[in-house]
Amino acid sequence: MNPELLLSALMVASTPILLAAIGELVVEKAGVLNLGVEGMMIVGAICGFAVAVETQNPYLGFLGGAAGAAALSMIFAFLTQVLLSNQVATGLALTLFGLGFSALIGQSYSGQKPPATHDLWIPLLRDIPFLGPVLFRHDLMVYVSLALVALVWAVLTRTRIGLVLRAVGENHDAAHALGYKVVRIRIAAIAFGGACAGLGGAYLSLVRVPQWTEGMTAGAGWIALAIVVFASWRPWRVLLGAYLFGGITVLQLNLQAAGASIPVEYLSMSPYLITILVLVIMSADRTRAAMNAPASLGRPFHAAA
Amino acid sequence: MTPLLKIENLTKAYPGVVANDHVSFEIGEGEVHALLGENGAGKSTLVKMIYGLVRPDEGAMTLRGGAYEPATPHIARQNGIAMVFQHFSLFEALDVAENVALGMENPPPRRELARRIREVSETYGLPLDPARLVGDLSAGERQRVEIIRCLLQDPKLLIMDEPTSVLTPQEVDILFETLRKLSTEGTAILYISHKLEEIRTLCQGATILRLGKVVGSCNPREKSARELAEMMVGTTLHTPDRGGKALGEVALAVKNLSVASANPFGTSLRDISFEVRKGEVLGIGGVAGNGQDDLLLALSGETRTAPGTITVLGRPVGALGPNERRRLGVLSAPEERLGHAAAPDMSLTENALLTASIRKGLTKNGFLDWAGARRFAEEVIAEFDVRTPGPTRAARSLSGGNLQKFVIGREVMQDPAVFVVNQPTWGVDASAAAYIRQALLNLALQGAAIVCISQDLDELMEISDRFAALNEGRLSAPRPVEGLTIEEIGLMMGGAHGMEVAHPETPAGAVA
Repeated sequence: MNPELLLSALMVASTPILLAAIGELVVEKAGVLNLGVEGMMIVGAICGFAVAVETQNPYLGFLGGAAGAAALSMIFAFLTQVLLSNQVATGLALTLFGLGFSALIGQSYSGQKPPATHDLWIPLLRDIPFLGPVLFRHDLMVYVSLALVALVWAVLTRTRIGLVLRAVGENHDAAHALGYKVVRIRIAAIAFGGACAGLGGAYLSLVRVPQWTEGMTAGAGWIALAIVVFASWRPWRVLLGAYLFGGITVLQLNLQAAGASIPVEYLSMSPYLITILVLVIMSADRTRAAMNAPASLGRPFHAAA
Repeated sequence: MTPLLKIENLTKAYPGVVANDHVSFEIGEGEVHALLGENGAGKSTLVKMIYGLVRPDEGAMTLRGGAYEPATPHIARQNGIAMVFQHFSLFEALDVAENVALGMENPPPRRELARRIREVSETYGLPLDPARLVGDLSAGERQRVEIIRCLLQDPKLLIMDEPTSVLTPQEVDILFETLRKLSTEGTAILYISHKLEEIRTLCQGATILRLGKVVGSCNPREKSARELAEMMVGTTLHTPDRGGKALGEVALAVKNLSVASANPFGTSLRDISFEVRKGEVLGIGGVAGNGQDDLLLALSGETRTAPGTITVLGRPVGALGPNERRRLGVLSAPEERLGHAAAPDMSLTENALLTASIRKGLTKNGFLDWAGARRFAEEVIAEFDVRTPGPTRAARSLSGGNLQKFVIGREVMQDPAVFVVNQPTWGVDASAAAYIRQALLNLALQGAAIVCISQDLDELMEISDRFAALNEGRLSAPRPVEGLTIEEIGLMMGGAHGMEVAHPETPAGAVA
């Protein structure tokens, strides 16, 4: 196994979950638990794929994927924020709906090839030995995902809008009493989370695989949700979590290819098992875990008159 | 002189209730004006209208002669109106500076804001570190965060909703110094409370509300507390009588009880020891959040401890759960009525079953005795004068006072040997509160040992034989109530929690 190729593949393998997780982090920071990430990702995957195939432009495809998933997330926003439905049930329904809906639109696209997304040409840096191939020979979206993590971190910790968002997730009644528009802020956060999940999905169908197959997200959305908890709602830890998971995925694929003498099923299971294990260890200290969680997470907000 | 704020015929109706019915009054510049009334009299709705959180159905407000119609709290703040909320509008996981910034229209950059917080907090004798997490602050310090948030905006009118309910007597004194200083500087204060002595010492004018209507206005300094109370309630009040009684053997003994809190911002109990005899009422005071909830949980059996830490009539019960303790006669009524003492969406009969099935024998071979449960619920309703159409109603549909009477009655009528109650009259109107206190005293007369945890000192003085205070999870040594002064009680509660008394430097030219 070549460590250079392995690390380079790690970045590509991690990007979809990183995108989805950073979006979900913002949603949860605003106090909303959207379990529909998996559904939004797969809708993003097919919308992105369809737009890219029709226009033969992968970048329009990414935009399409983001828009499609954001539109889907607005169903969730309407149900939970306006009609005050249960967030857990609605999120699960969103996932099931997204899986079915994507299969429906995707019927005519299976077996097609999307337009290629080329690597960015970064002069000089790409020629650095080892670091060049690992870090600087990727497509635009890899860097967009990294920039998004930095952006989310900066906005949440450094800006007024980030402070208000955290306040809404922390204590929606107090935020309302101070005159902040809880529902509006939450809907905006849900839309952002949807768009990010859509980008992640589109990355799967346009770059990582690249083709359309039904159910191709294969649990990536659930992993993204787990990573947000693993990261205790901190952006840079989301990056760490996503790359850790991506690393294990790439490693097990390589082990399979190398013909390791364990059944393939165990290897395919391993990233999920390790995620569960890490989550258990992370949340062993209940007090600390509770400290970081947004206090209003998942609680419905109804403005008392 | 035109008044600062004039309110004319404000009316706000909710389905089934008129919260404010043609309310009018005015506040002058620099005046400290009290808004008096029982729970449900419409005080909160009225100030929410002034602060732009609720829109009035009818009526008008005039601010310094100009029409004032705040659609949002932002507009109220721009007009120089600030509000300190009853249930703090603070964010525990954010630090002091962030909390302050959230309540300001145009907060300066963080470093500048931190400097101004220090500056204002020193001027008004309210020291505060801008970088501390609000979740780690005491109730008195949290209130300072709210006050400083208001002061930084240079308010013309400061609304304070029940500000002293979470403070020790010493902290109240500090707060009053600050408020008097503000008042001499020209800031008007609208002060909401049902604590009459406070209003008599602090306020220059008072408007009294009852059932949404203004029933009178007066200068509170010229009235006695009793006169004010009767204006507020509309009837004469009688104080519960305790009657002489003999104390029996020790019914409940707690020895070196320490419990770590499960909540990150909760208080752990530290080395608590006390004894309560049959027929005795032990009052446990203390500012909210000093371990009251945790103590109730440990006594009721929801939190289990080493067997020997709690003994009931000589039997170690520390390791027993709530039902096993009920069997031994240890009953409890927690503070949170909806969700802890009662299941909100279940009927009163079902709620009666939930705690009374053991002592009243309401289950047989795993089957429920519905007829018996209904009979028991009806008895509680009749005995405790619970105003409800019947036991089939959901607990949620009862008003706070009525549900509290039901919850207390349900336990009292199971004939407890030891009864532990937290905040028995919180948010309950005066006549229901008097009724509940009398019921507790009667229960003690019948020989039960009672632990009454409360933040209402007047209540504890009225019903308890001995008093102890919880402070940061530690319990002071219980002392007989007779002869205890309010200063001593304040010191038992932790004094001023390290707060300094305000030493306002009077600016040149201004004479207080």
